[in-house]
Amino acid sequence: MLFLPAVLLLAAGLVWAVTELPAFGHYSGVYGLTLEHVALGQRRATDIVSPVTFDYRGVDTLGEEFILFAAAVGCAILLRSQRDEEVTEAASERAAARAEEVRRPVRALAAVLVAPAVVLGAYIVAHGHLTPGGGFQGGVILASATVLVYAGGQAVAFRRVSPEPALELADGVGAAGFALVAIGGLMFGLAALHNFLPLGTQSQLLSAGMLPLLNLSVGIEVAGAVTLIISEFVDQTLLRSRRR
Amino acid sequence: MNLFPFLVAVWLAAVGLYGVVTSRHFVHLVISLSVMQASTYVLLLAVGYRTGAKAPVFADIPARSRIVDPVVQALTLTDVVVEATVSALLLALAVQAHKRFGTVDPDELGALRG
Amino acid sequence: MTALQALALVLVAIGGGAVVFTRDPSRQAVVASLFGVLLAVLFFLFQAPDVALSQITVGTVALPLMILLALSKIRQGEDS
Repeated sequence: MLFLPAVLLLAAGLVWAVTELPAFGHYSGVYGLTLEHVALGQRRATDIVSPVTFDYRGVDTLGEEFILFAAAVGCAILLRSQRDEEVTEAASERAAARAEEVRRPVRALAAVLVAPAVVLGAYIVAHGHLTPGGGFQGGVILASATVLVYAGGQAVAFRRVSPEPALELADGVGAAGFALVAIGGLMFGLAALHNFLPLGTQSQLLSAGMLPLLNLSVGIEVAGAVTLIISEFVDQTLLRSRRR
Repeated sequence: MNLFPFLVAVWLAAVGLYGVVTSRHFVHLVISLSVMQASTYVLLLAVGYRTGAKAPVFADIPARSRIVDPVVQALTLTDVVVEATVSALLLALAVQAHKRFGTVDPDELGALRG
Repeated sequence: MTALQALALVLVAIGGGAVVFTRDPSRQAVVASLFGVLLAVLFFLFQAPDVALSQITVGTVALPLMILLALSKIRQGEDS
């Protein structure tokens, strides 16, 4: 096949490229070494990755967040379509029957784990600037809390805890919130994404300026986007038609 | 061996590429793509590592300790969540392709029909 | 480089190969979930707890779930 020599050539080129890198463990970039000394004093956030994500490299995160938003909207557009009536009725009967088949321990476990998952997700979003975590991780955990409802066999309840308009609203509000906080710097006469809230004292929940705000908006957006995507897939498997 | 993490990253990229090129099922293709993405995460984190340094969280270590590079970690963590969403978009494309053309084999979906 | 990191790198390399060489997509979803856990362990050993947290939530929960849902939709389309 033609593929094998081509991939060997590519691998050889890549191996030659990585031999030019500094040896593993001897990082010598100026950016990281400077941040190690100044980040804690400048931003009063103890988790250094958080100000790097939202402040020093905030423009990258803004771009990534809009990729997330566009991918969720793209999934929603691709997976919505018309269905005919008889297929829909059969699908609803199948969904009801499937809820009966799920074993009781699975349903009990899913029911018990939903509330702790929501609390854990909210905790990780809120403490993103103090300990490892932040909007991205906490948002996915919040989305998985709604998925637990679906895994417990309650497809109908899944639609009730995550209705379509609420998810789209959450997704849009989160993305817009990030952009608005970024523009807020401009409103106060500084550069965009410049910190305009008081920095506070270190290790407090409301410290590090606008980092908690950004974490919150990213958490809302990621939770909304991931739940929207999963609910679109679930709708596909249940062939539920939507009345507009 | 001080090149070993980079070689593992190159191996993951090559193996993922092999999976993408020789795939007969769209979903297998998307999962092989995620292996290729994992190779970039390993490469980034290996570049930023410093021997004997700690995680970049000053919550419980003294403020003057050495830490690993936080910039590559910031790039990687947003990357992980976003690439999963992009994989979801590709899976939605696979579902729609199956619905329209009745097949999930990438080789059979060759010609674009107008 | 510590022995633990070397071991984790070897496991990740083997896991990547296993994911690609599993041809059946529904089995591959489970292997991909396991690969996600191995990657998260590697990220912890590289002193990156934020990235490991991301990888655990995404690679072991969200991604295999989406894969299995897409597969069930495709299989449903084939049955009808």
